[in-house]
Amino acid sequence: MATVLESEPEGHTGGSERSAAPDAVVVRFAGDSGDGMQLTGGQFTLSTALAGNDLATFPDFPAEIRAPQGTLFGVSAFQINFGSTEIDTAGDAPDVLVAMNPAALKTNVGALKVGGLIIADSGEFNKRNLEKAKYDVSPLEDGSLEKWQVLAFDISALTLEAVKPFGLGNKEALRCKNMWTLGLALWMFDRDRQPLIDWLKGKFAKAPVLADANIAALNAGHAYGETAELSGPLKQYHLAPAASEPGLYRTVTGAEAISYGLVAGAQLAGLELFFGGYPITPASAILHNLARLKEFGVTTFQAEDEIAAIAAAIGASYGGHLGVTSSSGPGIALKGEAMGLAIMTELPLVIVNSQRGGPSTGLPTKTEQSDLYQAVYGRNGDAPMPVVAARSPSDAFECAIEACRLAVQYMTPVMLLTDGYIANAAEPWKVPDPAEFEPFPVSFLEEPNGPDGAVLPYARDAKGARPWIKPGTPGLMHRIGGIEKNPGTGNIDYSPASHQTMTDARKGKIDGIAAGIPAQDITIGEAGGKLALVGWGSTYGPIHQAVRRARRKGLDVSHIHVRHVWPLPENLGELLKSYEMVLVPEMNTGQFKTVLRDQFLIDAKPLNKTSGQPFTIAEIEAAIAAALA
Amino acid sequence: MNEMTKIAVQTTLKDWETDQEVRWCPGCGDYAILKAVQRTLPEIGADPAKTVFVSGIGCSSRFPYYVESYGFHTIHGRAPAFATGLKLANPELDVWLVTGDGDGMSIGGNHTMHVLRRNLNTQILLFNNEIYGLTKGQYSPTSRMGTVSPTTPLGSVDRPASPCAFALGAGGRFIARAYDVSKELPAVLKAAHAHQGAAFVEIFQNCIVYNKDVFADFTEKAGAATGQLWLKHGEPMLFNKGTKGIALDTDTLSLKVVDVVDGDWETAGVRVHDVKNRAMAHLLVEMPFGPFPMALGVIYDDPRPTFEAAVIEERARASAGKTANLAALLSKGQTWTVSADQA
Repeated sequence: MATVLESEPEGHTGGSERSAAPDAVVVRFAGDSGDGMQLTGGQFTLSTALAGNDLATFPDFPAEIRAPQGTLFGVSAFQINFGSTEIDTAGDAPDVLVAMNPAALKTNVGALKVGGLIIADSGEFNKRNLEKAKYDVSPLEDGSLEKWQVLAFDISALTLEAVKPFGLGNKEALRCKNMWTLGLALWMFDRDRQPLIDWLKGKFAKAPVLADANIAALNAGHAYGETAELSGPLKQYHLAPAASEPGLYRTVTGAEAISYGLVAGAQLAGLELFFGGYPITPASAILHNLARLKEFGVTTFQAEDEIAAIAAAIGASYGGHLGVTSSSGPGIALKGEAMGLAIMTELPLVIVNSQRGGPSTGLPTKTEQSDLYQAVYGRNGDAPMPVVAARSPSDAFECAIEACRLAVQYMTPVMLLTDGYIANAAEPWKVPDPAEFEPFPVSFLEEPNGPDGAVLPYARDAKGARPWIKPGTPGLMHRIGGIEKNPGTGNIDYSPASHQTMTDARKGKIDGIAAGIPAQDITIGEAGGKLALVGWGSTYGPIHQAVRRARRKGLDVSHIHVRHVWPLPENLGELLKSYEMVLVPEMNTGQFKTVLRDQFLIDAKPLNKTSGQPFTIAEIEAAIAAALA
Repeated sequence: MNEMTKIAVQTTLKDWETDQEVRWCPGCGDYAILKAVQRTLPEIGADPAKTVFVSGIGCSSRFPYYVESYGFHTIHGRAPAFATGLKLANPELDVWLVTGDGDGMSIGGNHTMHVLRRNLNTQILLFNNEIYGLTKGQYSPTSRMGTVSPTTPLGSVDRPASPCAFALGAGGRFIARAYDVSKELPAVLKAAHAHQGAAFVEIFQNCIVYNKDVFADFTEKAGAATGQLWLKHGEPMLFNKGTKGIALDTDTLSLKVVDVVDGDWETAGVRVHDVKNRAMAHLLVEMPFGPFPMALGVIYDDPRPTFEAAVIEERARASAGKTANLAALLSKGQTWTVSADQA
């Protein structure tokens, strides 16, 4: 939970005096997409984690790789919420905004808390940049920022001065601005610079002069905070480490957690991992990560298109590997037919969908949860498929393992839903011990399984799963395909009885997964009562915090967060019926709400947002208050 | 083919027949191709357990159901991608791709290009009947201009694609041609199987229902001598019982038909076929039928390292000296410890 920074008495000067610390602070770094804001934010995140604060981040960047400099649409921002209490969201409104140019100020200042602090690089507030940001007069001079505290100084000039001894060109020297700014931020929050210095040395190992220049800029920014005589709000805070379970911690993004979870899932199954992918934002990071993990028996294949990516993954599963493919909405749409084949041939497969705003190309770099229907229903024919949704970067690790388990135990493709927010955001993660996960080793069919030595590829076990038969196994030759088949032999058979039996079997198998997954728990609150907020995916953070705040105010509200989106846990219907009202916050126009209504005949109400930005805690709190008014 | 599959397994044609009723139209050229494949497999010592037929959609793609090996009938046009994943998972498998002119040149053209470019070690059999058979007779990307079909009642107006020229252009290292009822088909299949890498074989196939006899000009006995140029490595490119040959016009860098008198092909300037001559392969696959005979047999065969070998080699190199310790991976990078008294 973020609180407003204490407002500063008049005439306070900068210096090493520490201020009474709030529980949590939200800082947003905003600049041109070429200013290195994501890198600054990422490194600030690391130093925050190393200081023991709990944290959540929200990278928010444009779809264009190098948008024209100084423009409003070229602004890239990174928000971090950190503190000594439990942090579940990147924070509603920043306490501190670092604006590297007029466009960054213009696009981000509206979100800043009243009384919040603006740190601006006055060196960039020149006529040209002001025009690009559509300012007639510099906002630093016209009093338009008076509800905030403003600290404007020429970061560009200070950086150039700091890196002068290294003889860099003007352009290269100015690239160190983000390190200067980071140095100042590290000073503000009383952080150790050494890990950053080590990181810079590693990053620029081949160009030591760049490492030295960046370190000099970092130190200069830090020294500026420490020594500069500043009138106004610049002061130092020390946030105590957040209380958390003992253990080893690191930061993790959703994309990293999914990559590791897939590797872990394959190991628990005793299989090699095959990952077929095609570049698409925001899913590519998983392919990048796995491409570096070949020693774990991982084969990555960058296919010629999305269809080839899933087809190769299915081909690998047919061959006895654990096939995985990954994409975002538009790519998932292209994979639809192949998913149907995996359902029809009953081969294990994990499909990761890093959702983004849609339809069509939509909002490539923004987050949304609008592919739920696509995941649950989006294929031709009666094509049931389990769907698992991750709620946070660290949760994505377990969800990836769960998706692998369901895929191999039920011989089915499984959709793992994540989104742009989870994929890119980082949070502290208590490093799990892989040995603590229950293995689910796969056994391939080695001998004929039918009477008189017959091979029955579509005989079923108690769970309704068929045997997995690897080509290359002597004596088990058989043919599979997308045409309807005989329930036992798998030979082509589109007789009415066969299609009825096989349709029922495919549905029954997936429905039966409900018995093989954990019962739905209540995240906060208890069964029965006035209001339940039911969420799935990355809305976890804001729902959790909003419900916590509302309960502190004495409101009767509980939070239920669903991981198994399809099939739904067996007890979920009864649980939801125990509340007078059910409210479903979603970053779409009400998809899960519709699923719940359909499955349980309950009057679930929607709470929707499709701006490409996550819910704020305040938005959900307001909805709770309205529902209970 | 690889070390494993080189170990010859004794089988007969019968061993490669399934119990499934073959459901092509009576008289379809696919029957002859099926028999040629089933005749070839014992001759190359193929092991049914290590052989996989992968297909897309179309008449040709029913093929796997009729071969007693492993088989995967996939989705329209995508068979090369399934085969790629399968070969990367298990390079020991001997994978045959069966496709058609619609499946492999139209909806799956992209995958045909990339499987050739990557040089996956597989045999690609493209049954070219110049028509969509399974969907009842629409024109295909290889149909000749003016083809009348349900979707082109006034005749097609688009120019046809040439599968062999496409395959060569995509980087294919083995290009061959044959036709369904040809006695030479097993020999061509054997050569394709012997080639390490993607081996592309275009097989002209007579669709007796929707596009009957479009290849009759050179497949029927009457036109065989003048219409068929069977290429053999190291032998002169002769046809019409040795009375005609293919020579190179060095001024225009194009091929020409020359008369051969008394078997003296050297004087006539007839070229000797060299399967490693890529430039000549381009000219041969582009030879227009009519003024020229149809180039048949192994047109080009010059192997290069395969895709799966490169992937395996790279994986081994990347893994060298590393252990797959997941716990160590998870706790890599900058970490911090919360001790019990901090909690």
